[in-house]
Amino acid sequence: MSTIVYITSSNGIGKSAFEAVTYAKKIGGEVVVVTTGTCDSSILATLGEYGATKVLVERSVTTNDAQQVTKVIANAVEKTSANTIIFSHDINAKAIAPRLSVRLKAGLVAGATSLPTKDRGFTCSVNVFSGKAFGNVNVKTEKRIISLLPNSIQPEISSANCSVEDFNGNAGESKIKILSTKKPEGEIALPEAELVVSAGRGMKGPENWGIVEDLAKVLGAATACSRPVADIGWRPHHEHVGQTGVAIRPNLYIAAGISGAIQHLAGVNGSKVIVAINTDADAPFFKAADYGVLGDVFEVLPRLTEALKKFKASNN
Amino acid sequence: MKILVCISKSPDTTSKIAFTDGNTKFDENGVQYIVNPYDEWYALVRALELKETLGGTVTIITVGSAGDDSIIRKALAIGADEAVRIDAEAKDAYFTASQIAEYAKENNFDIILTGKETINYNGSQVGGMIAEELDLPFISLATKLDINNTTATLETEIVGGVQVVEVQMPFVASCAKGMAEQRIPNMRGIMAARTKPLTIITPKNISEFTSFTSYTTPAPKTACKMIDPSNMDELVSLLHNEAKVI
Ligand SMILES: Cc1cc2nc3c(=O)[nH]c(=O)nc-3n(C[C@H](O)[C@H](O)[C@H](O)COP(=O)(O)OP(=O)(O)OC[C@H]3O[C@@H](n4cnc5c(N)ncnc54)[C@H](O)[C@@H]3O)c2cc1C
Ligand SMILES: Nc1ncnc2c1ncn2[C@@H]1O[C@H](COP(=O)(O)O)[C@@H](O)[C@H]1O
Repeated sequence: MSTIVYITSSNGIGKSAFEAVTYAKKIGGEVVVVTTGTCDSSILATLGEYGATKVLVERSVTTNDAQQVTKVIANAVEKTSANTIIFSHDINAKAIAPRLSVRLKAGLVAGATSLPTKDRGFTCSVNVFSGKAFGNVNVKTEKRIISLLPNSIQPEISSANCSVEDFNGNAGESKIKILSTKKPEGEIALPEAELVVSAGRGMKGPENWGIVEDLAKVLGAATACSRPVADIGWRPHHEHVGQTGVAIRPNLYIAAGISGAIQHLAGVNGSKVIVAINTDADAPFFKAADYGVLGDVFEVLPRLTEALKKFKASNN
Repeated sequence: MKILVCISKSPDTTSKIAFTDGNTKFDENGVQYIVNPYDEWYALVRALELKETLGGTVTIITVGSAGDDSIIRKALAIGADEAVRIDAEAKDAYFTASQIAEYAKENNFDIILTGKETINYNGSQVGGMIAEELDLPFISLATKLDINNTTATLETEIVGGVQVVEVQMPFVASCAKGMAEQRIPNMRGIMAARTKPLTIITPKNISEFTSFTSYTTPAPKTACKMIDPSNMDELVSLLHNEAKVI
């Protein structure tokens, strides 16, 4: 029995792909990766280090059109007689996995945070109610699809001999024409970031963000912000986290000058460790945080940056 | 132009999240339901804007019980022309999407819009499933939508960026922040909503793929450890030795 992992490889492959392959390996059976596009075979072969034995690449599909990719995966499922398909729960998975679910008549667990248990057949845990609770989803169908929430498991090395093969997925023509693509360069993608430094209205103005960026740089962290800060144009919209923005679950979330409104917490309360920095002892963020610093961001942030520099220097 | 907007309910964000029946059911006691913000603010309002400039009709559809008529009236008050309720509990995404797709098959819409996700179960599944059922293109997480004759131009989020795409009608899109601004219903809208048509449809016999068997609530956070603002070396050391995140 094999398990198929679909990964996006248009920007190379990253941690979320290694997580998905590790997850598939733990489910058991042969792990076959399916991808589309023009990624180098030598890069794809590195998935073998996490336990994949085969990568099927449909090179003629170069868009992220869910209708095409769905057909490619469905054909690979038929070819390998896989009955479990794994995605990393990113933007692409949100478009493709539901289509594949209908096409294969396979129940979908969207945003799984755990390995399946054999409880009543096949059950996985997911976040519900914006991270305020967990639900156990039981899949009743014979085939099943799991879209794994990034940062839910650690990639594990498990060397396998991995072959990379071209695959004809009969994707058909795309009905979607791409007119242009804009990509912010050099930044760490927020949903995948393990460390995040975030700031809110307590920063007083966009000209003060230098100290936030300095800290992020020393940490190797992505930057984020509260919604009002994005709404008034101090920061770009893709940085806005919360109920109506991006939901993230990094290992470390540092919140500077953010009050900790419930709608903000909804997007970040899956973080493993939260540090809140605020001048107001009654700020709600201190109730959700693991570590709190009652102080002025303009003093605390540069001090923290210096302390981290010292720590990094002595740890090298 | 005929636009179908899929509307679901979600508990108001301040609602207490608790479970009953041995943690197998969401406790609706005292829960105030609102229209799922993505459906209302982005999908519905953009549909209304398109209708206002290009003509046509906006139909809202929900899979739900009679208790959901209040969110339907709210959506009608904001400006939708008519409403359809498929009279069934929305058990899982496949069940919900298939019911909507069955209705759409018989009614030829040019555009079908959903929200990005429901904020209670956060699946982001229903839109893509409707598209597959109808064999239509699906534009996921659109932040802009414009129509030019029979062609639509959409801006969508992609991994680490944005993409502008073009697609012929009919198509399905899920709507995210940026699409439109929230509208507050006025008195005239609220009055008009009372007399707008609401059609109730019996569900088709469709079995679900998944079910929620139980829920757990996270253990309460241990008290926040306060650190002297002048001693950031201590914070760094705790993050390294105790929390082990750096
Ligand atoms: C339906 C709905 C959805 C929403 N969705 C989101 C969402 O997705 N994300 C989101 O973030 N918000 C969202 N909001 C808004 C949310 O309710 C809050 O208004 C918002 O999060 C507050 O942002 P803030 O903490 O940056 O600003 P404020 O509430 O103004 O807080 C600023 C904080 O900075 C502190 N501060 C001030 N000066 C300093 C200083 N020098 N040093 C240290 N601390 C300082 C203050 O004590 C205060 O706690 C939503 C609201 C609604 C109604
Ligand atoms: N019960 C329902 N009735 C109508 N539309 C729904 C229902 N549930 C979800 N939707 C639509 O599908 C979108 C995505 O929902 P979900 O897949 O649950 O995250 C929502 O934003 C709604 O537009």
